[in-house]
Amino acid sequence: MPQIVADDLAKAFRVAERSPGMLGALRGLVSRTHKVVDALAGVSFEISAGELVGYIGPNGAGKSTTIKILAGILVPDRGRVEVAGRVPWRERVAHVARIGVVFGQRTQLWWDLPVVESLDMLRHIYKVPAADFAKQRTELVELLDLGPLLDTPVRQLSLGQRMRADLAASLIHAPEILFLDEPTIGLDAVSKLAVRAFVKRLNRERGVTVILTTHDMDDIEALCERVIVIGGGKILSDGSLAELRKRVTRERWLTVDVEDGAEVSDPDATVLRREGNRVCLAFDPDVVAPAELIRRVTSAHAIRDLFVENPPIESIIARLYQS
Amino acid sequence: MNGYLAIVAARFRTLLQYRTAALAGLFTQLFFGFVRIAIFSAFYAASPSSQPMSLPEVVSYIWLGQATLLLVPWRIDEDVLQQIGDGSVVYELARPLDLYTVWFARSIAWRTAPVMLRMLPMFVIAMFVLPHDWALMPPSAAAFAAWLPCFAGAVLVSAALSSLMNVTLMWTLAGQGVPIIIGSLATVFGGLTIPLALFPAWSQPVLYAMPFAGMLDLPSRIFTGNLPPHDALYVIAHQLVWTLVLVAFGRWLLARGVRRIVVQGG
Repeated sequence: MPQIVADDLAKAFRVAERSPGMLGALRGLVSRTHKVVDALAGVSFEISAGELVGYIGPNGAGKSTTIKILAGILVPDRGRVEVAGRVPWRERVAHVARIGVVFGQRTQLWWDLPVVESLDMLRHIYKVPAADFAKQRTELVELLDLGPLLDTPVRQLSLGQRMRADLAASLIHAPEILFLDEPTIGLDAVSKLAVRAFVKRLNRERGVTVILTTHDMDDIEALCERVIVIGGGKILSDGSLAELRKRVTRERWLTVDVEDGAEVSDPDATVLRREGNRVCLAFDPDVVAPAELIRRVTSAHAIRDLFVENPPIESIIARLYQS
Repeated sequence: MNGYLAIVAARFRTLLQYRTAALAGLFTQLFFGFVRIAIFSAFYAASPSSQPMSLPEVVSYIWLGQATLLLVPWRIDEDVLQQIGDGSVVYELARPLDLYTVWFARSIAWRTAPVMLRMLPMFVIAMFVLPHDWALMPPSAAAFAAWLPCFAGAVLVSAALSSLMNVTLMWTLAGQGVPIIIGSLATVFGGLTIPLALFPAWSQPVLYAMPFAGMLDLPSRIFTGNLPPHDALYVIAHQLVWTLVLVAFGRWLLARGVRRIVVQGG
């Protein structure tokens, strides 16, 4: 029995439109025109307990709308949702007491309060028993390295520090499900790594179900076994990262560093780019085996170094959106 | 501790930090208190007929009005203003709390902390420092004791009104207009310009039917002894009825506002 079921979710937003110019502004006084934007147009998926799912798509694809519906703060126009046996918006308070939510663009903490007091407020709000709270807090503070930050008011935290504090805040009541809406947005590399390591551990060690939206494909590659791709309010792909790669393209990339700016090329491969002495070739392993291509290239040119890789997930996703 | 109480407590502590603003407010309100007492003293000296309020009562009444001036919601809660302005108010729904009660809890803190910061020093000055003719003084311990629950009732009315003002933001978004209207109404109909008892007799039923009377005028009349202490029961009933009406209206309106956002979208 899946923990999260979304069946044929649809949600449209009415957006007020204004014709340009003075005349348009005047016309807007009398009659407003609205454009209906389909944020979601029939989205279905099921997620089992303990999964770590990446939910990705371009801006405006419907990622945040889906998360907001699952988190009980938006009502869909159509469709059925059950999270741990509850309809989120119908039993909102009972539902949100059992889930954790982090919105990267916004903090759940109180700006004026030190981190430790924010956590204490959440203890009262989520009615966490004192003993559980103490244990949970000690663990989270250690895992997220929050010790030195506890007495700092939230407004003085850096973005990376704030995100770590927000993660702790979203988990203080030990939820079974965690929704992360762009948790790494705007973070520096070190903070991103810290967030990823923590999320991974949370999922592995505690079995927390995690649904993660992101624009950062490194997040996906580092964390998610399963990726749901959404575009234009519809699901474009749902499966493992490897399947997604296979479905969209079999392409591999061969990158070679040549000795003296030689014009490397091959009839079975296309040159993606040349940068100084580095050449990147794209090829289909069904047409030409990697070993064969490497043999041809190395016998024709003096090669200093070479490596074969999968195309980065960005370019795969981009192709999916285009098709 | 209950989650809502935790919000009141945290907000209260935060608001107590604004000591400089309180000090500035204290001096301003003291100054205007002196001016208004001077004006009323002149009126009373020139008036041959007897008034429904004695001059010492009016003096105390003025000090109470100055001390509890911030029971009037002159501004809208800025955090709420920002949340509704940028739409992030929906994220509040991600907590296992009732949004109206959260706003009411915040309002309780906002209607007490700044008032306390000004009221307590002003009481000390107006009771013990000023000469007798200018002083704030309850006629009896009973009058003072009866005033205390009336002040608490006034906080409830004021918090309910503040919460309702938060809700109106869901339609107005800007949040400058409504406080100006409420502030002006409270100034006149709460007795901050002229004590309500001094208004013409025919207007009294209307004035005392409004919530502003319970917020400012009625508790002050209990304190000054213009109304006997046992009338505090009527005052509290007045305040509770208005609190219930304002809360019910605020909740109804908020439910509509939230449905607009949650069902129809931004």
